Amino acid sequence: MSPPALPEPEVALEWLRQMLLIRRFEERSAQEYSRGKIRGFLHLYIGEEACAAGVIGQLRGDDPIVSHYREHGHALARGLGARAIMAEMFGRESGCSRGRGGSMHLFDASRHFYGGNAIVGGGMPLAAGMALADQLQRRSRVTACFIGDGAVAEGAFHETMNLSSLWKLPVVFACENNLYAMGTALSRHQAQPELWQKAAAYRVRAETVDGMDVLAVAEAARRAVEYARAGEGPYFLELRTYRFRAHSMYDPELYRDRREVEEWKARDPIALFEATLREAGILDEAKGQQLRASVDAEVEDSVAFADAAPLEPLSNLLEGVCAPREGR
Amino acid sequence: MSKRVTFREAFRLGLHEALVSDPRVVLIGEDVGAYGGCYAVSKGFLSEFGPERVRDTPLSELAFVGIGIGAAMNGLRPIVEVMTVNFSLLALDQIINNAATLRHMSGGQVGVPLVLRLATGAGRQVAAQHSHSFEGLYAHVPGIRVLAPGTVEDARGMLASALREPDPVLIFENAMLYAMEGELADDAGAVELEHARIRRPGRDLSLITYGGSLHKALAAAEDLAREGLEAEVVDLRTLRPLDDETILGSVRRTRRAVIVDEGWRTGSLSAEVAARIAEKAFFDLDAPVQRVCAEEVPIPYPKHLEDAALPSPERIAEAARATLGERHG
Repeated sequence: MSPPALPEPEVALEWLRQMLLIRRFEERSAQEYSRGKIRGFLHLYIGEEACAAGVIGQLRGDDPIVSHYREHGHALARGLGARAIMAEMFGRESGCSRGRGGSMHLFDASRHFYGGNAIVGGGMPLAAGMALADQLQRRSRVTACFIGDGAVAEGAFHETMNLSSLWKLPVVFACENNLYAMGTALSRHQAQPELWQKAAAYRVRAETVDGMDVLAVAEAARRAVEYARAGEGPYFLELRTYRFRAHSMYDPELYRDRREVEEWKARDPIALFEATLREAGILDEAKGQQLRASVDAEVEDSVAFADAAPLEPLSNLLEGVCAPREGR
Repeated sequence: MSKRVTFREAFRLGLHEALVSDPRVVLIGEDVGAYGGCYAVSKGFLSEFGPERVRDTPLSELAFVGIGIGAAMNGLRPIVEVMTVNFSLLALDQIINNAATLRHMSGGQVGVPLVLRLATGAGRQVAAQHSHSFEGLYAHVPGIRVLAPGTVEDARGMLASALREPDPVLIFENAMLYAMEGELADDAGAVELEHARIRRPGRDLSLITYGGSLHKALAAAEDLAREGLEAEVVDLRTLRPLDDETILGSVRRTRRAVIVDEGWRTGSLSAEVAARIAEKAFFDLDAPVQRVCAEEVPIPYPKHLEDAALPSPERIAEAARATLGERHG
């Protein structure tokens, strides 16, 4: 197989910028967690950046995205903005979900970004339902649904695959297989570790992709999105990736070997992509520094913004459980 | 002008109107199409509205309820039918963790205008996995509206009103009602969802109930009337949010209350109503509040045991007499 083609330089550099932004944002989030500014659960996406940039780069801005609880990278790639996301994690009213959701529940309806679902597999039927609405209303949108390898063991996965296939729903399932369902290794939680085969068993078009190579992800995602948009039905991408950090901030990582982590770090998706871009003459030292400086500034600005943002007044506590009833 | 119709026909009229009047309405569920609905409520709809809008599903409650939620978030007005409330437990995650939660958790950005229809209740000897009443369980959850039609007017009209709601609505249809008849006005349509209704006025005590138990309470009130006791029958209609004003207004007039609920007593909707009466009308009461609930067993199969496990007009009348104590000892 020939290596995946490079896109236009400005597109390639935008993907790199997104991956750098995600990496820096996550590193900074960990620091803010240590400072006590972010609480609750915080699941870092470091190591998996190529999945977000590669898949979301193939979507239109109005294609809905439904994600899981490790979704900061998806939100950043969709353009929710570092400020709105950081403020959300600080629990501030100017956060993208008014501070109500935190790290695991990032929403922006105006950007068609529908969470941040913290029930493993729980977003899958939602994504299929959004796709059904687009199908019946003759809108040519494709819904992207991010899941992890853990979700494949849930009933929601199997029920949703079956229904999406029966109804030919325009949805792309992007399974970020990082080899661990929290701390349980793939071989210990899946009788059939070739996850794409489970989708294929429901006659869903499925393939497996190197999730550390943004170009490979992008090329597969382009095929998947075109297929779904053409009305052919759902598509399943198994993106083989790895999280470099612990599952969450509480995880002492007793279940995996440091050597394994180091081996995967040698295939860091950012370093790999930078090397490809340098070789192609698209990236040089100056451009690289400029990109890093720009994402550093964006992330620092987001922390300052979140820190200064006001908390929601207590009097709002009960607001937004149901829609306001005035005038009805 | 009015006519006699069954509850089945009333539900069917409501569903038919919904499909005719709004192209965004789709009906999703097990055997709603080719089979005609397991209670024949949607018979003929598949040929009339086509398979895009009347959608038979595999036996995948979690997925098709979740698909209803996603479709509601994205511009449709899905009506999802869950064959019995027991099966809805397979979709509990989607109902509670998504439908009820998304608006608040997203900071108000995402609404879920979904209507779920669920058959509920016992009395048909279908044993412990098809007979329960989980209305109270769902009424526990903020973010959803819970309806329980007990008249053909509400069976006909609650669906249209539910479809106008911007948030999820669960409609519990007591399976014993489908074959029962009532008088339906020719111009019946949408009904308001804010208030409980007094179905029979009375001065001596309040029988507070809903859904299938409404008819047992009305029967008990007839029996009590023959003894010279005038029971007021309050039909809750909307189980969440509860209409405190009507409940407390009735209790303050009659000074005695019996709550009838086909759910189990412990942690039930009847417990919630009793607590509200105790919190807000304690000094208006002349007697302790009584409750008539399902016995605390999985609903048994044999008819005599099933009957004994459920509220009956006799048990309701007995509880009513107990609130009158010495006066009617």
